[in-house]
Amino acid sequence: MANAPLALTRTLEWLRAQRRRVRHSRRRLALLFAAVGPGLVTGTVNQDAGGIYSYSLGGAQYGYWLLWTLIPVGVLLYISEEMCARMGVVTGKGLSDLIREEFGFRITFLLMLAVLAMSLGNILAEFAGIAASMELFGVSRYVAVPLAALFIWGIVVRGTYRTVEKVFLVGCSFYVAYLLSAVLARPDWMVAAYHTVVPTVAFETGYLVLALALVGSTVAPWQHFYLQSSVVERGVSPRHYRQTRGDVFFGTLSCVVIVFSIVVACAATLHVARRTEIATAAEAAEALRPLAGFYASSLFAFGLLNASLLAASILPLSTAYVICEGLGLEASLNRPFREAPIFYWLYTALIVVGASLILVPGAPLVRIMVLSQVINGVVLPVVMIFVLVLVNRRELMGEFTNSRGYNAVAWSASLVIILLTLLLVYLGLSGKAPILARL
Amino acid sequence: MIHATELIRAAVYDVNGNYVGRVRELCIDPSEQPNRIAWLVIARGRFQPLLARYDQVASVAPRAIRLNVLELSLKAYLPNEAWLTVSKDLLDQQIIDVHGRKVVRVNDLDLVEIPVNGRMELRIAQVDVGLAGALRRLLQGLPPGWIRRLQKSLPTRAIRWEFVDLIETDPMRRVKLKIPHAKLAQLHPADIADILEELAPSEREAVLETLPEETAAETLGELKPELQVRLLEELDAGRAADILEHMPADERADLVAELPEETSRELLADMERKQAAETEALLQFEENTAGGLMNPRVFSVAEASTVASVIENVRQSGIDLDTLDTVYLVNDTGGLTGAVPVARLLLATAETLLASLCADPLVFVDTDTKERQVIEMFDKYNLRSLPVVDTDQKLVGVITADDVISRLWQTRR
Repeated sequence: MANAPLALTRTLEWLRAQRRRVRHSRRRLALLFAAVGPGLVTGTVNQDAGGIYSYSLGGAQYGYWLLWTLIPVGVLLYISEEMCARMGVVTGKGLSDLIREEFGFRITFLLMLAVLAMSLGNILAEFAGIAASMELFGVSRYVAVPLAALFIWGIVVRGTYRTVEKVFLVGCSFYVAYLLSAVLARPDWMVAAYHTVVPTVAFETGYLVLALALVGSTVAPWQHFYLQSSVVERGVSPRHYRQTRGDVFFGTLSCVVIVFSIVVACAATLHVARRTEIATAAEAAEALRPLAGFYASSLFAFGLLNASLLAASILPLSTAYVICEGLGLEASLNRPFREAPIFYWLYTALIVVGASLILVPGAPLVRIMVLSQVINGVVLPVVMIFVLVLVNRRELMGEFTNSRGYNAVAWSASLVIILLTLLLVYLGLSGKAPILARL
Repeated sequence: MIHATELIRAAVYDVNGNYVGRVRELCIDPSEQPNRIAWLVIARGRFQPLLARYDQVASVAPRAIRLNVLELSLKAYLPNEAWLTVSKDLLDQQIIDVHGRKVVRVNDLDLVEIPVNGRMELRIAQVDVGLAGALRRLLQGLPPGWIRRLQKSLPTRAIRWEFVDLIETDPMRRVKLKIPHAKLAQLHPADIADILEELAPSEREAVLETLPEETAAETLGELKPELQVRLLEELDAGRAADILEHMPADERADLVAELPEETSRELLADMERKQAAETEALLQFEENTAGGLMNPRVFSVAEASTVASVIENVRQSGIDLDTLDTVYLVNDTGGLTGAVPVARLLLATAETLLASLCADPLVFVDTDTKERQVIEMFDKYNLRSLPVVDTDQKLVGVITADDVISRLWQTRR
C-alpha cells in the first residue's frame, strides 16, 4: 500500500482542479446573464401606450388584415437594433456620441432637438396611458399620475443601473398579460395565421395610415439610442457579442409576439362586433369587457398600465442621457446636482411636463399620442441613415462592418420606411387621413 | 482672443490682396512646438488645397486672413499623420481634463496671438467645453460680431491647454504626435480609474498602455471587475503580465480567477516565475474564504528578534510600506506565535524583544474560514489586519482592512 499517499495527493489535486473548473463555469453563466437584458428590455418596452393604441385600432378596424406587416416589421426591427448593439459593443460609445464625433456639432444639435420633441410626445402618451388604465381600475388620474411620476423619479434616482434593469425585466415579463387576453378572446387562429403570411392590402388612406403607425410605433427611433447606451453600459466585449445578438433577436421576437397578440385580441372581438371607433387603448380594453369577458379586459388594461409605467420610467432618463451626451454636457446620476445641472433639469422637466399636461382638463390626449407616433416616423429615417453610415465606417467598426447583403437589406428597408413616412406626411398635410384629420 | 470656429472657413488673401481660398483646417506640428498653429490648409474648390506656414501669415482676424507672400510660393497640401489637426482631431472629440479629472468633449478652441521674434504666432490657449463654444459651433457662418454679442451672457467653461490630455488609440500615431501622459500619470490611480471608466474600451487600452507599469497596476486595481477583465483580455499579453506583476498578490489572484482559462494560462506563463507561483497557490482557495481574501506577502520575523533588528530588516526588505501595519512572529517551523502592531515599535527601546510587545490575545483564522466570519472578526476585534494560517498553524498570509472594505462594498452593490 505504498502508493496510498500518492493516490491521495492525486485525488486531492483532481478535486482542486474540479473546484477551479466550477468557479470558471459559474462565471461563464454569469457572463451569459450579463449579456441578456438590454435587447429584451428595449424590444418589449417600445410597446408603449401609443403603440398599443395603434395596434388595437388596427385590429378593430381591419381585423387580421394588418398581421402580415409584422414579419417585415420584425425584420426591420431586428436589423436596425442589431446594428446599434454591434456598434455599442465594438466602439464602446453611445449613438449620440458617435454622431457627434463623426458628423459634428450642428447636425447633432438638430437631431437632439428632434429627439427631445419626440420623447416629450412619447412621455405624454405614457402618462396618458397610466391615467387611462388606472381609471379603468377606478383610480382617479389626479391620484394615479402624480404617484406614478414620483415612483418613476424614485426608482431611477435611488436605484443603481442593475437594480433598475431588474425591475424592468420583471415588468417585461408582465407583457404575458397580452398573450393571455388574446387567448381569452377566442380568435380564429387559422385566419390569423393565414393573414400573417399572406398580405391583404386595402387601398384606402385609413389602412395606409394604420400600417405606417404600426411600423412607426414598433420601430421607434429612441430605442436605438437606448439600446446602444445600455449595451455600452454593460461593457460587453466583442468576444461575447453572440450573446448580445441573441438577446436582441429574442427581444425582437417577443416584441412581435406582443403586437400579434394585441391585434388578434382586438380583431377577434372589436372588429367582429363592429366596434371600430375606439379613441384610446383604454377604451379598447373597456370595449373588450362585454365581448371577451372581464378577465381579458382586465388583463388588457393591466398590460397597458405596465407598458406605460415601464416606458415612462425609461424614456425621460434615456432622453436626458442621450441629449447631454451628444452635446457634451455632464450626464450621470452618480454626480451631484451642481456638476450636472442641465441633465437633472432636463430629466425632471420631462417627467413634470409629461405628467402635468395630462392633468389639464380637456387635454387632447389622442391627438398627442398620434402626433408623437408621427414624429417618431419622421425621425426614424434620419436615425436609420446615421446608423447605416456609421456602421459601415471601417475606421470605427474594423471587421465588424455590414456585409454587402446585409447592407442591401438594411438600405432597402430604410428606403421603404422613408417612402411610407413621406406618404404619411403627405396624407396628413392634405387632410385625407381620417385619423390625422383629428389632429 | 480668437476662436478656431472663426478661422475655419475664413477667407485667405495673399500679399497683394488677391483672394486665395478658404481655411479648411488648422494644423499643429507637435515635433516643433506643442501648441503653435503651424500650418493652414487652404481649400480652393476643386483644385488641390494649399498650405501656408505660420511665418507666411501676416495678420489674422475673424473671417479674414492675410498672407505676406504670393499665392505662388505656397506649398501643395498632402495629409500628414504627424500633425495634429484642429477640426478632425480636436473639435467634437473627447479629451481628458487632467486638472478637473474628467473626460470632456471639445466645442471650440481659444487661440491667442503672441509675439515671437517680432512676428505674431497663433497659439492654442485653451479648449472650450462650455455653452459659449456650443453656440459658436451652432451659428458658425454668421458674422462673428453677432455671435460674439450673443454669447456674452453665456457662461464660458474652458480648460487650459497644459491640462489637456489627448486620447489617440493608434499607437504609431501616438508616438508621432508625442502625446505625453505624464500629467495624467501624476493623478491618484483612483482618479485615473474614474477617467478610464468614462472612455471607450479601445481608448482605455490606449491610455493604460502609456502609463508607467506601477501606475497602470494601481489603476487597474481601482477599476470595476468587469472592466479589469476586459482590459486584460485585450491588452497585449506581455504588457498585461507586466502590469499584473505589479499588483498585490491577492488582487492579482482574484483578477486571474475572473479571466477565461486560456487567457489566464497565457498570462501566468508570461509572468515572472515567483509571482506566477504565488498566484497559482492563491487560486487553490475558494473565493469567499480567508484563503481567497488574503495576501500571501506577509512580513514575519523570528520570535527572538529585537526591535533594532526588525527595523533594520524592514529597511533591507523593500516591503510595501503602505500595507505594513503589523509585524508577525513565527517559530522555527513557520508557525504563527505573535503579532506586534508597528506603532508599538516606535515607543520601544532598540534592545526590546519583540515577543514582549505582542498584542493579546493573538487573533487569527485558517485558510478555510468563511468570508462572513472574517468580516465579523474585523468588526468585533476592531482589526486592521488579520493573519491567516494553514492546517499546520503555519503563517501563510494576511487579510487587511481594505480587502474587507472592498469586499463589503462589492456585495452591497
